[in-house]
Amino acid sequence: MSYKVVHYINQFFANIGGEEMAHVAPELRDGAVGPGTALNAQWKGEAEIVKTIVCGDSYFAEHEKEAKEQVIAWVKAEKPDFFIAGPAFNAGRYGYACANVAIAVQELGIPVLTGMYVENPGADYKDKVMIVSTRDSAAGMRQAAPTMAKLAMKIMKGEKIGASVEEGYMNMGVRVNMFEEERGAKRAVDMLINKLNDKPFVTEYPMPSFDRVAPNKAVKDLSKATIALCTSGGIVPKGNPDHIESSSASHYGEYSIAGVQALDEAGWETAHGGYDPIYANANPNRVLPVDVLRDMEKEGLIGKLHDKFYTTVGNGTAVASAKKFAAEYAQKLVADGVDAVIMTST
Amino acid sequence: MKTLELGYIHIKDIIIGSESKIENGVLYVDEKAVRELILEDENLKDVHFDVAKPGESTRITPVKDVIEPRYKVEGPGGVFPGMINKVEAVGSGKTHVLKDMAVVTAGKIVGFQEGIIDMSGPGADYTPFSKTINLVMVCEPADFLLSKEADATLPIENEKKPEYEKAVRMAGLKLAAYLGELSKDMTPDETETFSTPNLKEGLEMYPDLPRVVYVAMLQTQGLLHDTYVYGVDAKRTLSTMMWPTEIMDGAIVSGNCVSACDKNPTYIHENNPVVHELFKQHGKTLNFVGVIITNENVYLADKQRSSDWAAKLCELLGVDGAIVTQEGFGNPDTDLIMNTKKIELKGVKTTIVTDEYAGQDGKSQSLADADPLADAVVTGGNANQVIILPKMDKVIGMLDYVDVIAGGHAGSLRADGTIEAEIQVITSATNEMGFNKLSAR
Amino acid sequence: MVKEIERAGLPVVHMCTVTPISMTVGANRIVPTIAIPHPLGNPALDAAEEKKLRRGLVEKALKALTTEVEDQTIFED
Repeated sequence: MSYKVVHYINQFFANIGGEEMAHVAPELRDGAVGPGTALNAQWKGEAEIVKTIVCGDSYFAEHEKEAKEQVIAWVKAEKPDFFIAGPAFNAGRYGYACANVAIAVQELGIPVLTGMYVENPGADYKDKVMIVSTRDSAAGMRQAAPTMAKLAMKIMKGEKIGASVEEGYMNMGVRVNMFEEERGAKRAVDMLINKLNDKPFVTEYPMPSFDRVAPNKAVKDLSKATIALCTSGGIVPKGNPDHIESSSASHYGEYSIAGVQALDEAGWETAHGGYDPIYANANPNRVLPVDVLRDMEKEGLIGKLHDKFYTTVGNGTAVASAKKFAAEYAQKLVADGVDAVIMTST
Repeated sequence: MKTLELGYIHIKDIIIGSESKIENGVLYVDEKAVRELILEDENLKDVHFDVAKPGESTRITPVKDVIEPRYKVEGPGGVFPGMINKVEAVGSGKTHVLKDMAVVTAGKIVGFQEGIIDMSGPGADYTPFSKTINLVMVCEPADFLLSKEADATLPIENEKKPEYEKAVRMAGLKLAAYLGELSKDMTPDETETFSTPNLKEGLEMYPDLPRVVYVAMLQTQGLLHDTYVYGVDAKRTLSTMMWPTEIMDGAIVSGNCVSACDKNPTYIHENNPVVHELFKQHGKTLNFVGVIITNENVYLADKQRSSDWAAKLCELLGVDGAIVTQEGFGNPDTDLIMNTKKIELKGVKTTIVTDEYAGQDGKSQSLADADPLADAVVTGGNANQVIILPKMDKVIGMLDYVDVIAGGHAGSLRADGTIEAEIQVITSATNEMGFNKLSAR
Repeated sequence: MVKEIERAGLPVVHMCTVTPISMTVGANRIVPTIAIPHPLGNPALDAAEEKKLRRGLVEKALKALTTEVEDQTIFED
């Protein structure tokens, strides 16, 4: 039995016509049409395009909601194993339609794939849907068809998908490990030689940009404020009861310091594996300054030291996890009436 | 001109017995003799030797260091100067190398200890040391080093950890030097020569080639995160320069192994891949000027001073390009970015080698720091990638620390003997000197 | 992490040694500390002096929390 595939193409690739026919409404045809035959040829019977949906690019742009609903209805009726849109090469509205149709079908739980040129506006959706990178004109079909067919087959069979550069899709904002032909040192030397000679080179890791949050208002009156302590330095009760990992922590700890005047070696330690733990273990206040904040509380300098502190191990912990931990305990701090936070890091 | 000839002696097998010699490519190790040599150190109570070969169902853990035995047959100084041999500038003359093998030190070490080497299976694809025949030395600490607390998570008493770390570090180097010396009177199977002209000679020889320096960042963050240069703890040094061949004689040795994937064992220093790749291009597409070593300290002022100094040396040398390699991750990402930015701002083009901590799902930001000037990056891969390591028939070392090593988590070691962990636990998996083919996109 | 706390509406001061990372991750109030393994301490000092040092750093952090800032600010002194 071969896999059932539904294919989406525009009026041009269905041989209806060019720009002058871009207004045509969606139409459902049996079997493969135009580029679909090239895909079928690659699959050699292991998969087959059973239906082709044709839609004019202008129609899609002007009636996006209706067009998508119609496509979805037909796909639902067919229950295919896979959905392919395009490739759209550098046709802007076609690329936009391919990406959006593919995303809509993907939401049904059906795996999808599309393809287009990297500068196609539809490529802006590359984080949401897998897009094979193609050349900028239909002349690129000869390269695009095997790449798309092979990748689609891997997905249909549930095989492991390699990194973007290996499989030919656009990076989806996810880092995927892969083995290169050459070792890293050779790649670095080659890259430097290109850079020195003003020849093109491609970085393996493009630098990210960072978002910012505006600062909150300052604390007005410290003597009435509840101050909470948080740390990424991994301070935990001795024995690390919640087994917070020494690196790549999967959770955070919430511990009570009610009545604790200072952290001591007998009761507390660090679970952090990224720094020399001797100093923090000998005197955990060096990471989490409970002792001086207690003094300040007694002196009336601050209103109160919050009874609980929150702790994680920053070492090798993914930014997304750290973000999730902090977002979660920040809500607890707000709910507990905390006014300000001191975060310590190692 | 500084010239070193390496003479390679290929080792096909290692046999532990009652005599030490190399014969027909077989390394025979006199167990009694090496045991006595290692146990000279009172910090060690006992030591065990074992051999692990490529393809075997064998797991070595926790790994502290990996060392390639070498012996200096000609020229000033001896291997591992300042550690094993007296301090004397090395890097010229002739040095013998026992190829295709390594000394691996393992056993109960110190803090959150590290490192898995699998000789077969999926884990073997990630560590370079599944391809070498390994003489494994498992060390046991003397009783007076042990923690008195019954419920201690880790065996060594806090204050004694530095002494024990040193004992195991020195034991590995001692054994490697001892084995290297066995090749003293041998004729190498093949030789390779590395020559570096001084600045003046280089300019005259290659007036039209771009001049390139290698900036090697050394992890220097404290216990189990240190590196030694001619016996000096590199955290107490200013950025400085070396002949590339000094490194081949073991002038830089490892004192670190935590998050074993991206710490440089001594073996990788000895075989520094960037040095070797630059030598391959030397006189062809570029002029390899030398090596700048710089540290990764825990004080911000040190980070600023060391990166200023590295950039200043690039400026002083008037180089056109620099390759910068990192060791470790987290706060050293800042040292990497500082170095890169400052060197680029001196008008020197850089490419950098690092690795990534992008989360198990690969969706997080890979480095703790970033700058647009770091526009040419080679990556050793995402260390957070999860791998399942099947049970091995034989374990050299011990598994009881798998749950606490960096990259492992509670339950990492499953009842059936398999280990689920990040590739972070695998020795040299995401090496940041570009020793491997692993990358990420 | 500081950013998420800030996002929740609480003023937060980040006490850390590697202030460039703190700047990159977007902390708004930053107080530089001593060293990575002992941000709020110095094992070379005796216990009383060390606590005094720590108190000074925490005071600086509290001062940061009571100071209005418009942009990322490192409170050096």
